[in-house]
Amino acid sequence: MLHTFVAYVEDKPGVLTRVASLFRRLNINIISVTVGCSERDGISRMTLVCEASAEAGHRIRASLYKLDNIIEVDDIAGAPAVTRELALIKVAATKQTRSAIFELAEVFRARIVDLTAESLMIEMTGVESKVEGLVQVLEDSDFQILEISRSGKMTMRRGHHTSRVLKAMRPTAEEPEEAEAAAEAE
Amino acid sequence: MDTQANSPSTTPTMLTGAEILWATLVGEGVTDVFGYPGGAILPAYDALRKFPIRHILVRHEQGAAHMADGYARASGKVGVAIATSGPGATNLVTGIATAMLDSIPMLCITGNVSSKVLGTDAFQEVDITGVTLPVTKHNALVTRAEDIAPALRLAIQIARSGRPGPVLVDITKDAQQATALFDFEAAKPKPYRPHPMLKVEIHGLAQAAELIRSAKKPIILAGHGIQQSGAMEQVRTLAERAQIPVAMTLLGIGGFPASHPLNLGMMGMHGEAWVNHAIQEADLILACGMRFDDRVIGTPSTYAPNAKKIHIEIDPAEINKNIKVDVALVGDLKEVLEQLLPQISSHHAGQRNSSTWIKTIEASKGQSAVRDIKNLPDSGHLYAAHVMHDLWRITGGNAIVSTDVGQHQMWEAQYFHHETPRSLITSGGLGTMGFALPSAIGAKVACPKKEVWVIAGDGGFQMTAAELATIKQENLKINIAIINNGYLGMVRQWQEFFYDRNYESTPLISPDFVKLADAHGIAGRAVKTRSELEAAVNEARAHNGPFLLNFLVEQEDSVYPMIPAGRALHEMIRRPGHNPIVETSNDL
Ligand SMILES: Cc1ncc(C[n+]2csc(CCOP(=O)(O)OP(=O)(O)O)c2C)c(N)n1
Ligand SMILES: [Mg+2]
Repeated sequence: MLHTFVAYVEDKPGVLTRVASLFRRLNINIISVTVGCSERDGISRMTLVCEASAEAGHRIRASLYKLDNIIEVDDIAGAPAVTRELALIKVAATKQTRSAIFELAEVFRARIVDLTAESLMIEMTGVESKVEGLVQVLEDSDFQILEISRSGKMTMRRGHHTSRVLKAMRPTAEEPEEAEAAAEAE
Repeated sequence: MDTQANSPSTTPTMLTGAEILWATLVGEGVTDVFGYPGGAILPAYDALRKFPIRHILVRHEQGAAHMADGYARASGKVGVAIATSGPGATNLVTGIATAMLDSIPMLCITGNVSSKVLGTDAFQEVDITGVTLPVTKHNALVTRAEDIAPALRLAIQIARSGRPGPVLVDITKDAQQATALFDFEAAKPKPYRPHPMLKVEIHGLAQAAELIRSAKKPIILAGHGIQQSGAMEQVRTLAERAQIPVAMTLLGIGGFPASHPLNLGMMGMHGEAWVNHAIQEADLILACGMRFDDRVIGTPSTYAPNAKKIHIEIDPAEINKNIKVDVALVGDLKEVLEQLLPQISSHHAGQRNSSTWIKTIEASKGQSAVRDIKNLPDSGHLYAAHVMHDLWRITGGNAIVSTDVGQHQMWEAQYFHHETPRSLITSGGLGTMGFALPSAIGAKVACPKKEVWVIAGDGGFQMTAAELATIKQENLKINIAIINNGYLGMVRQWQEFFYDRNYESTPLISPDFVKLADAHGIAGRAVKTRSELEAAVNEARAHNGPFLLNFLVEQEDSVYPMIPAGRALHEMIRRPGHNPIVETSNDL
């Protein structure tokens, strides 16, 4: 089954290698991974998608936590969440065919972000299936796709649940100053 | 500045990175390190003499890693190994992996080329943090003097916390040479954060207690975690109170006294037949600090089919990995047992009439438990089992024994009865040949008052035999028993059983080990018959200095029982004929 993990990691050199290396060691193929800044300074947020057995989820999460640079790991599993992917699609297009592509883009709520005499670029965000739908229609309509770049999935749980992640990063009750200071120092 | 700088309580001082390295170790309580110098770590070596640290010069960096490992296993403290960049660092790798697979707290410090040339294939440059990524619990590259103290302190914290493991800190030469403010207190790491998935729930404890109360055929599987967690008392109390027999993993040996009436002996591939049968028949398995390694379960699908399983383990990633369990209590073994014990009363054990179950196991020992070493006709042959048994008897079982890997390792586990924790030092997870001699050196440095024995095969001994020179240079009283069967015995055994006796590349011509010892200034003696054995062992023990015994044993003997790969725990190959090399009550 498809697993989606959201991980908060220290923004330091080599952290991505450590995470990737763990999946390699477990012989699990990463389908997509996105990394970027989070709401916290010095802490990046990753969304990792991989294909593995249903039972593997627990072990992956538990193993991720064993990496020193990992702060929080959320296994999204079936939880209500918003998932988005960004795609840039470059399509061959002439004066004659352009408007048909504009129409398609309109239907998919995509935007045209670049235009030349021979090609145009479509930007779209949405769930995976929506991106795939647009690609499919372009192909079925005999438009020549020149390039596709997809960001991979980003996922965020719905609702006011941020607390779960933030709580884990908040200083512990026992040693508030120390943890606070250490967090600042990062 | 020597005594000032290395006292952690002193006010912050300007020091070189090299001095900070040692001052930090001193502050952390490190007294001994095992290492080998070279260009990239030379600034650190240059500063060493100013600090109260004993440095043991090894003969190969693999030896340094195994020594640090043996030091940690014998003492429970973090062992420290140090090496230069490039080949020095890569030579550590086998030792690091050995420690990783057995969860040993170890700190490896390597020098690296100057940060200005990192990544340029400079002379003796190796990306050692990249190389060791999958075999360390954590590692770090340090390029600035001011980062050395925090990196080392964090490394030590990580190495010994939770499920312990090896940590490597790679320090560039320019970081060692630069000057920075050394402030031991300020370099303190953030408070240790336990694995967030540790979970011991009230209802899990209650469920476990209920399973223990209602079980008719319970068994405790005693793993390495008992000694790591220091839960010897708690496991013993549990076993005694609920009258549950205890089976040991290889690394569990020592965590529960061998002479205890409830101790059944070792489980697994070369475990005792009655132990494996008992596990297969059990209705409750209580796994304490062990990880259901493939060497102890046979095949997962046939393992203990009738048993409910309780798993007490500190690493959440081990839960349901190889064997699905019914109740998981994920936490430090000692703490979990302390919560569980109040719910277990001896009064319930009586109801179960556990004595029936224990009697059944006793009965199943049958002939195989009749260990008639003494009654074996003295045909002039010397069996390795004899050697183990006699070594145990003569030393009173009080020695620390470091074993290598192979047949002799299994015989040691079967015939040398360990009463106390940290008295068997052996590479379980990685099965690293060459481990015995250097790990014994580490153990002796950690516990100078203890009697230390190396038990190694003729093959494995030669992998790290150069460390004899280290023993001599450090003047360590270590006794060495080579179990010389002229073969890579364990591989020969596999060839005998599974490859039609095609003894390809397993016969071994070795140097005269006694002469080899002599060349190192170490006394020794060859032993060919059982009648010479006791006197030789006594001579070795009484000798003022290291002593090597070369035991020329039966060449084609095999370790029994044996579970062939891919078979169930009860499908053991047994010793053919009526030739059990076993002991009677007369032997005890
Ligand atoms: C470094 C290493 N290489 C190879 C092996 C595979 N191996 C396991 S046991 C063994 C034979 C060991 O022979 P010896 O040291 O003579 O011990 P014996 O089995 O004869 O007691 C070998 C080659 C290993 N465990 N470690
Ligand atoms: Mg041999």
